[in-house]
Amino acid sequence: MKSLRELRHLHTFRLAVLAVLAGLLVLVILLGLRFGSLRLSFSEIILTLWNAPESVEYRILQDIRLPRVLLGVLVGASLAVSGAILQGIMRNPLASPGIIGVSAGGGLGGVLVLLALPELSHLLVPAAFCGALATALCVYLLAWRGGIDPVRLILSGVAIAAMLGAISSTILIFHAEKVAGMLDFAIGSLSGRSWPQLEQVGLYMVAGILVAELGASRLNLLALGDDVATGLGLRVERTRLLLLAAAALLAAAAVSVVGLLGFVGLIAPHIVRLLIGADFRYLIPGSLLFGGAMVAGCDTIGRMALDPSELPVGVIMSLLGPPFFLYLLRRRDHEA
Amino acid sequence: MKLEIRNLSAGYGRKTVLEEINFEIPEGKITTLLGPNGCGKSTLLKTIGRLLRPQRGAVYLDGKAIHTLDTAKLARDLALLPQLHHAPGELTVGQLVAFGRFPHRRAFTPASKHDQEVVDQALEMTRLGVLRDRLLTTLSGGERQRAWIAMTLAQEPEILLLDEPTTFLDVCCQYEVTELVRNLNRTSGLTVVMVLHDLNLAARCSDRLAAIRDGKIRYSGTVSELMKPEILREIFEIETEIAVGTDGIPFCIPTGSCRSTGEKNHG
Repeated sequence: MKSLRELRHLHTFRLAVLAVLAGLLVLVILLGLRFGSLRLSFSEIILTLWNAPESVEYRILQDIRLPRVLLGVLVGASLAVSGAILQGIMRNPLASPGIIGVSAGGGLGGVLVLLALPELSHLLVPAAFCGALATALCVYLLAWRGGIDPVRLILSGVAIAAMLGAISSTILIFHAEKVAGMLDFAIGSLSGRSWPQLEQVGLYMVAGILVAELGASRLNLLALGDDVATGLGLRVERTRLLLLAAAALLAAAAVSVVGLLGFVGLIAPHIVRLLIGADFRYLIPGSLLFGGAMVAGCDTIGRMALDPSELPVGVIMSLLGPPFFLYLLRRRDHEA
Repeated sequence: MKLEIRNLSAGYGRKTVLEEINFEIPEGKITTLLGPNGCGKSTLLKTIGRLLRPQRGAVYLDGKAIHTLDTAKLARDLALLPQLHHAPGELTVGQLVAFGRFPHRRAFTPASKHDQEVVDQALEMTRLGVLRDRLLTTLSGGERQRAWIAMTLAQEPEILLLDEPTTFLDVCCQYEVTELVRNLNRTSGLTVVMVLHDLNLAARCSDRLAAIRDGKIRYSGTVSELMKPEILREIFEIETEIAVGTDGIPFCIPTGSCRSTGEKNHG
């Protein structure tokens, strides 16, 4: 019996793990369609979708559950891939989408629109998206000095995030009643999200994921260090900028829909790395599958746990994620 | 390929470390850059390897300034191994060496049969064939350094730059690495430019030496021409006795420091 450590670098083992993760994602999607305040068996779901497009059940599936599950999958995949990219280009295991300021920027964008234009709450997603991207750009420009040094980027991100967070908090303190919707945003929730939100950000997510997939082998080179990567003929700065832009786009899109759901971007890539190693050609698709399953799955649990009321996905994920992660971490220590 | 340095000044930010360097790298030979800490030898190697943009002047490869060349194309002719490098996560020897094919690969296409053959060859030249599927973390220091050199060989370069390839290695591994470099140069005519700290190691494996002090190449020539007490005194501020081994290669025995502020404790 080979240990995980030996198995991990085998091509076939990695493909098998990816296949299992894909299966897990499909299972999570099916369960997400099935469970909720209205319980349907799988045969009822099929019959409804096939035969009864006018029924209440159909409307629930079509207008509420399906878009919400898909959004959960996309948000989770985006955050996880964004985290995997950032951990790669910064060569720092603690990097996550929050670190380039997207969460704080998205949060401030959301707060401002709720405060200034409360009647236009459908602008929440685009406003948060713009805030997140603008902040990421700002952090990047601040960290630029003839090149991007990962440490300077992280520190700039932390500093900017602290500042924007303070501004958001100030607004929340003085205008608590106007920005009641912000609590959901601060915890991370998919409640009430449907096709419009999916349409607003879906394309950015798919584009970002595509860039990450295509950049996977370049991420492997970057992991060897800037000098080695340059020696191998990689345009280091250009590659890093492009991948950083993809990571920012993914995180901004996700944050603007679901709120400050930080944990998945940090943990999902780590869990996948523990299973199949650090090769980005496997890590990116693995993070995508696992991150998607994680968010969609936790959201389904949140809908069921305290039925008929709902727990936000952010709460469930932060409760269930860490024990599983710590278990894997301890197992790895045993192997080493 | 002809590698030439003309009127080169280089440094970091506004600080200039190298001043007006003019030097021609002899083709098909091993040239070792020597000098005390902070003299600029690593800066020179980095500039030759286009890791550092020159402040003035340029490094020319067949008449073209290298910092204007396409970096991927340049990587097919010139490979380099920086002083500090580490492999992330769990990488096998074979996977590391395969990275060397990057500059030859078309974007988004899988490795070709030729790529595979070159990787095999690089592993064979560095005698790492049997270790191919081993994780880098399980290798000895010398084996690991050989694996990194194998990666540069997979680039099929004509010129190889090595920045202190023997640092942190024990004596046996130091010779293991330099002998490998020597063999590669002998069998395939690879031009090598490297930085070494150990004078005797440098004397044993180099064709030419270049002695650098305060950002200038003070002396360059064959090993016998440079291994002289007066040159070593000027460059390193040490007193040495030079002897010649039975194989005709000179070696030096440092007998003390001659830095004016330092204590002399040789008799």
